[in-house]
Amino acid sequence: MKMDRIGSFRWEDPFLLEDELTEEERMIRDTARSYAQGHLAPRVREAFRTEQTDRAIFTEMGELGLLGVTIPEEFGGTGAGYVSYGLVAREVERVDSGYRSMMSVQASLVMHPINAYGSEEQRRKYLPKLCSGEWVGCFGLTEPDAGSDPGGMKTTAKKTPGGYRLNGSKMWITNSPIADVFVVWAKSDAHGGKIRGFVLEKGMKGLSAPKIEGKLSLRASVTGEIVMDEVEVGEDALLPNAEGLGGPFGCLNRARYGIAWGAMGAAEACWHAARQYGLDRKQFGKPLAQTQLHQLKLANMMTEITLGLNAALRVGRLFEAGKMQPEMISLIKRNNCGKALEIARVARDMHGGNGISDEYPVMRHMVNLETVNTYEGTHDVHALILGRAQTGLQAFF
Amino acid sequence: MKLLVPVKRVIDYNVKARVRADGSGVDLSNVKMSMNPFDEIAVEEAIRLKEKGVATEIVVVSVGVKQAAETIRTALAMGADRGILVVAADDVHQDIEPLAVAKILKAIVAEEQPGLVLMGKQAIDNDMNATGQMLAALLGWAQATQAGAIEVAGDKASVTREIDGGLQVIEVTLPAIVTADLRLNEPRYASLPNIMKAKKKELVEKTAGDYGVDVSPRLTVVKTAEPEGRKAGVKVASVDELVSKLKAAGVI
Repeated sequence: MKMDRIGSFRWEDPFLLEDELTEEERMIRDTARSYAQGHLAPRVREAFRTEQTDRAIFTEMGELGLLGVTIPEEFGGTGAGYVSYGLVAREVERVDSGYRSMMSVQASLVMHPINAYGSEEQRRKYLPKLCSGEWVGCFGLTEPDAGSDPGGMKTTAKKTPGGYRLNGSKMWITNSPIADVFVVWAKSDAHGGKIRGFVLEKGMKGLSAPKIEGKLSLRASVTGEIVMDEVEVGEDALLPNAEGLGGPFGCLNRARYGIAWGAMGAAEACWHAARQYGLDRKQFGKPLAQTQLHQLKLANMMTEITLGLNAALRVGRLFEAGKMQPEMISLIKRNNCGKALEIARVARDMHGGNGISDEYPVMRHMVNLETVNTYEGTHDVHALILGRAQTGLQAFF
Repeated sequence: MKLLVPVKRVIDYNVKARVRADGSGVDLSNVKMSMNPFDEIAVEEAIRLKEKGVATEIVVVSVGVKQAAETIRTALAMGADRGILVVAADDVHQDIEPLAVAKILKAIVAEEQPGLVLMGKQAIDNDMNATGQMLAALLGWAQATQAGAIEVAGDKASVTREIDGGLQVIEVTLPAIVTADLRLNEPRYASLPNIMKAKKKELVEKTAGDYGVDVSPRLTVVKTAEPEGRKAGVKVASVDELVSKLKAAGVI
């Protein structure tokens, strides 16, 4: 049989991932890319430098349907698949991990639990305004003394005649200082001390969300605390269909899956920048890209990004087919974030002294990815999930 | 009034074009393709005319390979109403020349009876800038090319054209052909919900044969070459030397 070779090798997409997407997925990706490059890229440098979160981004993303990608159309979403969601995350994070974080939290950590665990009334009340960006949401699980061990949370919900009284504080909460809607998790005495989800609203007595100052990472995306001091809520604030850590973990799985795509977007930005810098920058009479050290680094980047993206696509297809297992997501979240961080560090190095300036995107991506590698399950904690999965022995404690 | 908007699938403007090894043209295998940017502007203008209540229906048509269906879907996702795909080539490298496209469009105009054909002034792949003019000639309609602004009132359209050294405003009687220039508008992005809705819009597939048009090429590509790289300049020591070199080069 004659093996025809059509076309030429595409360095930006070695395994032709483009061909594996549907027409609809490519169009969704194109809209996300045009918006991210046209409207996010021009303002990220200033936003990062001055630590300003632009509230308008939610409205803009909402208008284009980028916030509710997987939410059903009847609640204001797009009703598209998980590969589309991943492609959007990749395009947004190609510009900045902070912008992707704002979007991931709104989509996976706020809208998803309301859609999956909420009542019909809760869905109708919150989802359309969260999809459109009229409301901003945040998700409170992590506490000052409960990070990788969320079961150790101290936030409580005590039964009152008309509902619940919440006390406790949450830490490292993306979007919280500008949030209108707060999905928080607390141990509920009325449910045998099990973890339950509650939907709180801005302005409730005793609810505050101070900003966390001094972040050296994700500076374009605001992060805060959630402080609940005797916050009284009605019975209708309880998410009826989730009990135990399965509730928050179901949300985190979706967000982590999006992060696995997003981190590759940031890595691609660093790779492309390093390649271009190497072609443009001449030392000792020739381009840096003509040296073996530079090319070795580019080859490593191309390899890891190609494998990482194709793995994310595979998990996305399994997700859509209902065959996703959380361990799959641990594998790609851990791998893609760790590899993206390493790629960003090397790309920073390849830019020499220029790499420390915000004229180039690499160091911003690098410090952002320090967070991305840590949040939503650290690199090490996901290793423990994968270790347990193959030995049957838990080594968390 | 019905609007007809022809769109072409071309190499994406962000892609660095590479010449095929045999010099027959640009390598388009596995290359990102998109709607011709001038056509995107035409689609946007059509949607704005519909939003203003001037137009009632927007029909998008593309002539080329089967994959041009995706280009039509993009226009439908932006807000066009239905599409006609005329499959006239099976290899992405086979470009359908302006005269053949204009003849097919003429047949479609006869079927659809649009009040206005809005199209890009040229395609960014081979920059012919000819299809609109040829279509106007075949139909015997008025044409207003390089439009920077369009106002429709009754059976007249006032079109501001970008010409050397300024702007020219002309009035044409409808039906007419108007070709869009870069500054006519800034096209919108297709929102995700509209991308999903576009799947349900009508897209009819035809062939060039259905319209009795022979699409075989009349032009021969002799050679395609990469642009020459910039050559190194020379340093001059004095103004006198500069002047003498400019004189020697015959530029002063």
